[in-house]
Amino acid sequence: MIRQSSSAMRTTTLLAGLLFQIIPLPSGLDLARPYLLALFLCYWCLETPEKTGLGTAFIYGLLSDLFTSGLLGEQALRLVILAFLVSRFRARLRFFPLWQQALAVFVLLLNDRLIMSLLHWLVSDHALSWVAWLSPVLGMLLWPWLFVAIDMLRLRAREKN
Amino acid sequence: MPVRSSCRFFKHAEARDLFVVYASSSSKRFSDSAGETLPLLAYLILASALMLTDHRMNIGQQTRKQLSVVIEPIWWLASLPARLWSGVDDELASRQALQDSNERLARDLQILNARMQRMSAINVENQRLRDLLNATRNGSLQVQMVSILNVDLNPYQQRIVLDAGTRQGVKVGQAILDAGGILGQVIEVSDNKATALLVTDADHAIPVQVARSGFRSIALGTGEPNSLLISDIPQSADIRKGDLLVTSGMGGRFPAGFPVAIIESLNPNDTGLFIVGRAKPAARLDRGLEVLLVNEIIPSPPAKPAIKTPAPVVTSGDGVKAEPIKTR
Repeated sequence: MIRQSSSAMRTTTLLAGLLFQIIPLPSGLDLARPYLLALFLCYWCLETPEKTGLGTAFIYGLLSDLFTSGLLGEQALRLVILAFLVSRFRARLRFFPLWQQALAVFVLLLNDRLIMSLLHWLVSDHALSWVAWLSPVLGMLLWPWLFVAIDMLRLRAREKN
Repeated sequence: MPVRSSCRFFKHAEARDLFVVYASSSSKRFSDSAGETLPLLAYLILASALMLTDHRMNIGQQTRKQLSVVIEPIWWLASLPARLWSGVDDELASRQALQDSNERLARDLQILNARMQRMSAINVENQRLRDLLNATRNGSLQVQMVSILNVDLNPYQQRIVLDAGTRQGVKVGQAILDAGGILGQVIEVSDNKATALLVTDADHAIPVQVARSGFRSIALGTGEPNSLLISDIPQSADIRKGDLLVTSGMGGRFPAGFPVAIIESLNPNDTGLFIVGRAKPAARLDRGLEVLLVNEIIPSPPAKPAIKTPAPVVTSGDGVKAEPIKTR
């Protein structure tokens, strides 16, 4: 029962992350769109590593590519790398205090942006606007809130069962 | 004695335990990293292969078309908040605001009607002159009104989703206009939705000409929402700041004579041999706006026939006459 509710929550949050990729934001701000999908993936890689692995990252990345009409496989690649890094340093990340974890997430998202700008540079030689680099900062600021919110939701679901 | 021996035994056991723990953890770590690295490599290779094939053969477009059943509802869902918001906004619009906008629209309509009357006279005259010149040009345009779906696709590309697809008769390659001018063209169509590339996308290029002088060039998208690039303009070209660029109709994809952009700045390029121009798109892209889809343009020679060299002056009498005969 617990496992079921947890996996339902995982799917819901990841789908919400997908949806957030294409929800219209005010123009100008859309470049700095925080990568919620990556944040959610990061959370589930930390919490349920046996269920969330590189495969999940790949599938959700591919779906995001399909919905955003980007280069097929770009986000899949980025998310797989992210998931790998998280699972590699999972033991350390899990026991970090929240602010330190947020910093680590910032580094992960920054790395993600670097990979993205490299891919953009390879495919079409124009640089990203500086606003795009705000996205990891926003992601870092969002991380503690998301982390606590999902934790609380999971706890409540567990108490109910 | 038994105590000591048991103690020793205990110590020994502890040590062995520790060793076992250490060994197991180290072996686990080792197997972990090996077990993770191989799938990582596999996924990386798979993703790279996908990207390469998509870049070269554009498989993404076909995949999206096949999976439109899945993708369209998601797009619809994502557009819902904005749609609800605009609904609420409409509901809450005050009587005064509605009256104001109504008055403004009525005034605009009157002005436009007056302008239309004059235009129709000019049009007739234009047609007569064309007949005299023996130039053929199809002036009729069929347009279809389509609304934009409120969805942000990739923010690094200038693309929009249209709320119409193959079922509504949308085809790849159709030009999109709005009240200001050319907006872009359709690049992907699924059953009920279509994706359009805007003129400002970095992958877009549109043949244009300066309305005043007839100088022809190509306006390239820059990836920024309100800037077009016109590169490699010869020094001798007749082009100025504030000039209106209109579609030249070359290539047959865009109908001729629609505003595309207004020149904002002209600067020499790195070599100093050519001029690079920046232009502001004429189309106004606001969210929730309706756009016009051009249904059919019969490819026809443009109003001013092409001259072999990109010379700035195209109005020489010889060139005008010689070219249509040649093409026939």
